[in-house]
Amino acid sequence: MKKNAKKFAGLLLAGSMVLSLAACGSSSGSESTPKDTEAAAEASSAAGDEAKAGSTLNIWCWNDEFQSRFNDYYPEVKEVAADKSTTTLNDGTVVKWTINPNENSNYQNKLDEALLNQESTADEDKIDIFLIEADYALKYVDSEYTLDVVNDIGLTDSDLSGQYQYTKDIVTDSNGALKGTTWQATPGLFAYRRSIAKDVLGTDDPEQVQEALSDWDKFNAVAEQANAKGYKMLSGYDDAYRTFSNNVSAPWVDGTSVKVDANLMKWVEQTKEFTDKGYNNKTSLWDDGWAADQGPDGDVFGFFYSTWGINFTLLGNSLADPDGAEEVGNGIYGDYAVCEGPEPYYWGGTWICAAAGTDNKDLVKDVMLKLTCDSDIMKKITLDTEDYTNNVSAMNEIAEDSTYGSSFLGGQNHIALFAKSAEKIDMSNAGKYDQGCNEKFQAAFKDYFDGNVDLDTAKENFETAITELYPNLTEVVWP
Amino acid sequence: MKVPAKKRKQNVSYGKWGYIFILPFFLVFFIFQLIPLVSTIYYSFFEYYRDGLTIVGPTFVGLDNYKALFSSDMLKYMGNTIIMWLIGFIPQIIVSLVLAAWFTDLRMRIRGKQFFKVVIYMPNLIMASAFAMLFFALFSDNGPVNSALVTMGLIKEPIRFLSSVIGTRGLVGLMNFLMWFGNTTILLMAAVMGISPSLFEAAELDGCNHRQIFFRITLPMIRPILVYVLITSMIGGIQMFDVPQILTNGTGRPDRSATSIIMFLNNHLYSKNYGMAGAISVVLFIICAILCIGVYFTLNKDDGNEHKKKKKGAVK
Repeated sequence: MKKNAKKFAGLLLAGSMVLSLAACGSSSGSESTPKDTEAAAEASSAAGDEAKAGSTLNIWCWNDEFQSRFNDYYPEVKEVAADKSTTTLNDGTVVKWTINPNENSNYQNKLDEALLNQESTADEDKIDIFLIEADYALKYVDSEYTLDVVNDIGLTDSDLSGQYQYTKDIVTDSNGALKGTTWQATPGLFAYRRSIAKDVLGTDDPEQVQEALSDWDKFNAVAEQANAKGYKMLSGYDDAYRTFSNNVSAPWVDGTSVKVDANLMKWVEQTKEFTDKGYNNKTSLWDDGWAADQGPDGDVFGFFYSTWGINFTLLGNSLADPDGAEEVGNGIYGDYAVCEGPEPYYWGGTWICAAAGTDNKDLVKDVMLKLTCDSDIMKKITLDTEDYTNNVSAMNEIAEDSTYGSSFLGGQNHIALFAKSAEKIDMSNAGKYDQGCNEKFQAAFKDYFDGNVDLDTAKENFETAITELYPNLTEVVWP
Repeated sequence: MKVPAKKRKQNVSYGKWGYIFILPFFLVFFIFQLIPLVSTIYYSFFEYYRDGLTIVGPTFVGLDNYKALFSSDMLKYMGNTIIMWLIGFIPQIIVSLVLAAWFTDLRMRIRGKQFFKVVIYMPNLIMASAFAMLFFALFSDNGPVNSALVTMGLIKEPIRFLSSVIGTRGLVGLMNFLMWFGNTTILLMAAVMGISPSLFEAAELDGCNHRQIFFRITLPMIRPILVYVLITSMIGGIQMFDVPQILTNGTGRPDRSATSIIMFLNNHLYSKNYGMAGAISVVLFIICAILCIGVYFTLNKDDGNEHKKKKKGAVK
């Protein structure tokens, strides 16, 4: 009897160890045994019972921009969890947010992993909506992991008619199917400090400043003037990058070779010159120094920013007290103004895609409809947040409204400038390798600007980095 | 009724319990170590990566991955790793030796030994990535270190630590030093305390000074442990990843001079390039295996010799 008990205890211990092992194995999720799928099926059927009360909408994104738009402007929102990880809708549906930072392809890698496993995932955990950025939009658009917005989801052409054409072109796949939709258009402008412009150019009037910055030669001349007065023209190396990279003559990748555009080498040349002459503060995009340069202690003439950057990033960085009221007197609120700058460009932009395999098609449709097609909501977003939304008529209405002005920009109607610039956006050279190419290009030439390597070594380092990242790209062609 | 029970008892083999109890370890080892190891070696002979969402391969390519690996900058990254390791290891071993000698010196009678032992071990308790993040913030271009130096008037312009080769490698070395010198000190203290006190007494009676005791007695006696520390640290050094990765934000800048060999491996894993990554891993595995065999023999050689001597003595 005693012996049996011992035996039993021994078996139990060994058994529990093995079981816990098996549990580890299944949660790592690499291989699913029949047992696991059974368990998953059970779990989903249990969830299915709950789903009658309210299902889950899984949304994947890389920052809280869309999350805050959704929470503020989607009409069905009932309440938001204290930690913002979920949002509950009126019909009981729970929206679950999965946010992974974008840098270094991190978001894409995690998203890819989840999409590849989409089929074997329980319904409640399937991705319903994910967001993509211009730099790698085509990778998802040209895949079977996104649903056709018109034919699968059910938005009609008249729903979409108010949107800027370019925002539809870029997410149209090679067969002509529209795979995503967006609430914003992202023309870029040059945001400058009024006080510094007055000191350097003697005026802070956007039209006159634009006159002084209307091409690169003039821009460089103003940089020299600003330097003489003790200011920096730009904050860092990558500030002007997008204005060059958006005006290239061909996409980054052709077949298996990376083609570096001559315009990008112009960026290298200009940035090196600015760095050597002390026209910038040697910062990098998104680092502390760069953010500080936009604040009250900054000595930088201006920043290239597109629509979201002005209300989302620049405004936040300009405040002396980030938790204080957004009004004149807090930091340099009101000291910025915008002009078109030397060349038209766009930067960023976020598209909403419906993931193949979603179990909430109707809800996805409604989200897309309300947040990207509803002109009243779009107009309200622009009036509230100063973001530039994807609705031609609503934007033109605001652009022509002489009473409208942004208090952050000292009363200037920036929408008018955006509306003008949005017409010129051309995304025909976008490709699926853009994010990797842009990041590696900037990183490789940072060493050159810092003076650590010569131009040829920087080029070699770019070649090494890009072939490491994309094994299928075999050569780099320099202009 | 009793007889068969007795008979059965005689046949009971207790050996099986031994197997049952070591079974969990071997299961874990088999699933989490052996299978990945074998599949890594297996995939190193394949072309197998992802282009966007399309999976390319696996196609057998023989030794192509190894050829590509040896024609790439692998040796440069190996060199980077060794340099960054040395920058940390040399001060680490010196400081640890000095501290171990002080803490174990009977005549110095340092107070609060236990307290210092805890304090010097502390940095090792912080996650390497958190530590690297902290240094990244401290030494950034307009971070606290720079602003402190500027306000003290020591420098006029902020030093751009992370934009210079020396600065970046130096910081990586400094961090590794700070994280590991406590651990080494404690290991060496144990070694020193294992030396028979009579040796020290005899040396003192013969008129040795501190330096002579340290170099003639302490060092030779702890040599096996020193070799052990050296080789384990070397293996740890080859696997250096989190500190330089976080400090340079994954770029290994400037000029890829802070790219350690594991960061090189990680670069390939970003594109899920299992073939190339497998090839690097296999090469690393061979290097580590050689080092491990080195440890095994250096540690066993001394014991073996002593054993032999004793045997010889017994025979005589």
